[in-house]
Amino acid sequence: MKVAITGMGIISSIGNTVEENFHSLVSLKTGLSTISNIETIHKDIIKVGEIKLTNEQLAKQLNLPSDNNYSRTALLGAIAAKQAVENAKISDMNAYKSGLISATSVGGMDMTEKYYYEYFENEACQKYITSHDIGDNSQKIANCIGLKGMVTTISTACSSAANAIMLGARLIQSGELDRVVVGGTDALAKFTINGFKTLMILSDDYNAPFDNNRKGLNLGEAAAFLVLESETIVKNENKEVLAYVAGFGNANDAFHQTASSENGDGAFLAMNKAFKMAKIQPGEIDYINAHGTATPNNDLSEGRAIIRIFGENVPDFSSTKPFTGHTLAAAAGIEAVYSILAIQNNIIFPNLNFKTNMEEFNLTPQLTLKEKEIHHVLSNSFGFGGNCSTLIFSKN
Amino acid sequence: MEALKQELKSKIIEVLNLEDIAIEDINDNDPLFGDGLGLDSIDALELIVLLDKEYGIRLADPKQGKAIFESIETMAAYIAENRTK
Amino acid sequence: MGCVSSQDTYETSFLESVEINTTENIVYAKQPSYKELIPPAAARRMAKGVKMGLAASTKALKEANVEVPDAIITGTGMGCIEDSEKFLKALIDNNEEYLTPTNFIQSTHNTVGAQIALGLGCKGYNFTYVNGSISFESALLDAKLQLENEEENTILVGAADETSSHTMELFKLVNIIKKESDQPYSVLNSNSSGVVYSEGATFVTLENVKKENSYAVLEALQIQNELNIDEVESFITSFLEKNHLKIQDIDVVVLGNNGDINFDTYYTAVGSLFSQIPQVYYKHLSGEFNTASAFGFWVAASILKNQAIPQVVKMNSIEKANFSKVLLYNQFQGKDHSLVLLSKC
Repeated sequence: MKVAITGMGIISSIGNTVEENFHSLVSLKTGLSTISNIETIHKDIIKVGEIKLTNEQLAKQLNLPSDNNYSRTALLGAIAAKQAVENAKISDMNAYKSGLISATSVGGMDMTEKYYYEYFENEACQKYITSHDIGDNSQKIANCIGLKGMVTTISTACSSAANAIMLGARLIQSGELDRVVVGGTDALAKFTINGFKTLMILSDDYNAPFDNNRKGLNLGEAAAFLVLESETIVKNENKEVLAYVAGFGNANDAFHQTASSENGDGAFLAMNKAFKMAKIQPGEIDYINAHGTATPNNDLSEGRAIIRIFGENVPDFSSTKPFTGHTLAAAAGIEAVYSILAIQNNIIFPNLNFKTNMEEFNLTPQLTLKEKEIHHVLSNSFGFGGNCSTLIFSKN
Repeated sequence: MEALKQELKSKIIEVLNLEDIAIEDINDNDPLFGDGLGLDSIDALELIVLLDKEYGIRLADPKQGKAIFESIETMAAYIAENRTK
Repeated sequence: MGCVSSQDTYETSFLESVEINTTENIVYAKQPSYKELIPPAAARRMAKGVKMGLAASTKALKEANVEVPDAIITGTGMGCIEDSEKFLKALIDNNEEYLTPTNFIQSTHNTVGAQIALGLGCKGYNFTYVNGSISFESALLDAKLQLENEEENTILVGAADETSSHTMELFKLVNIIKKESDQPYSVLNSNSSGVVYSEGATFVTLENVKKENSYAVLEALQIQNELNIDEVESFITSFLEKNHLKIQDIDVVVLGNNGDINFDTYYTAVGSLFSQIPQVYYKHLSGEFNTASAFGFWVAASILKNQAIPQVVKMNSIEKANFSKVLLYNQFQGKDHSLVLLSKC
């Protein structure tokens, strides 16, 4: 049973709204740059997808009092969630059984790392102690959209937002909820920047997914949320449906804590599950928005899994991470928005920075903007801990 | 060289948290990865940091580690030749 | 089911040996022996939470006679904070130099679920919920939906949380944890705010068929982000109504009182709705932490299986001969409210 998407909101390094993001995508304008907002020794070396707004500016946009204790993750999440709710033309959040399923990996770590020792000397910053907690971040987002109902959060690294969308869809399908805001948010932080650096998968250049000479990923920050609503609400309120969540699947690679298996077992299983649920054939997919982080490991593993599913007939595919960087728990959320934009505008966004085919197989991503009729989009997101998720979005 | 090898064994046990293993258990020519000590790709990254922090050797490409970390013998030889600390 | 906690709950019969703590404001879990459970090559990287989770889940699967479940769903409030702290401290102390990957890798919140899957070679559905005091209940809800929908037949569900020194110090700073001067600590007769903090892991195997040694049936549950104290009654009555029940149909109520005078008023309010039936509390044994309600779940399920309430968890002196329906209620600081309904097999 398909689930209707009636609203979306996004803030990323390529735009503060859905329109701005779309404009950047079709203008081939990347959001990658060097870091401005964070004091780190890697400042001038690595490229990231940073949102060039300070926390103060974000808080102002939300009309928060100056003594608020929102982490950057919560600020971004609240902005995107509010946009989505507005886009879905919701006037009373609690008029139906409603919920929020958020996703994050950073939570309030951006504040925790700032005040690690200072907490013990300066009482004024202690208000951020409780903002570290992931649940607290989601609660703040719920407050900003006036939601009193079911609120929970998923944290499965880079597949988190996809999983949030899945749970949301499941809750609507089962009748447990009528309306649910789903998505994810992650801010840049020294913790993650340094963490990925220790894994030696950060590139000092612009990330080039599926390229033979790819050197690794660029991190990014973003937040994106969708509003899913039941058929009843869509009918009663004559809602415009942007697209449908037609199918989804989650599987575990069970291979290694961070690396993906050579043949992409987890990815293959996830995609299979999604097709089974959507009741469509691989041949009906018009566009794949790949996870495509440009790490040596992911692109090989994902590429192999795609070939296992699609055989000789791999549809047009691209990774949009050269635009935004890898936004971790928010990635699947922003890529859901991009998948919906692809459907709405019948357009495929290119895989930037690609030059040379990978030796291991014959897969060339879509390199230019391409207009074509799009009915079904498949979106992949794979996270640490072997967590593999696939979503299928459909026009009708 | 002997002292360096002993030092390496001790540091490896500490950094990789090999709780059940003593310095005497590690032979100079035993493979560190795969069959011998059973270390994996994450341990390789840890050893790369060890080279930098303790001996001032910075590896640009993680793949270089494969040859260097083959055994205590190869590690010690590489460090003796390239150390800046 | 399997439970690792600050009590001797891993290998013993249900609550046969417990110690009531009144002097420590942080109580650490009793760690089982991990040598037989986890290969040393893996164990050397694991913090407490992951090890406790592995131990509890192994027991839960063994008891249910399940080798590999179809899915693994976990909940954790703070995630792997030991590794997070180690990495963060090194980052700050060494000014972002000489950092090593192990702590970062192990710090992702879904590490417990991932390591369980890795150990079992389980390629099925694997989610981790991280949302304060309803983390465990979120995992339960997800599992229940899937079992009802016949998407899966056997699901391993559980929760794990660990303490770690820096975070505990921060919690003390903002009085989440009771002050040393608030001793002796008591959950039912408290006159201070804050809680006695602890850690632990509880795992259960949920299946859509009844087995001979099944504990109970998970009937229904509900989660609500926030409630005013005067909204609690209608929260409960509408939940019961939705499940075709009235207040009188509940035989035992299990409450998450934690000794924080600012918020235990919620439990008093709920208790007054169920004043005629046995009331059970458990956080004087488990301590308080985000997923302590999983310990409460274990207590409730065991009570249903054994058809007896151990004296040490009785909150009142009302006796009842048979119990069929047990209702659990939990909240933390006025947020993360949950209701779980269990019934006899």
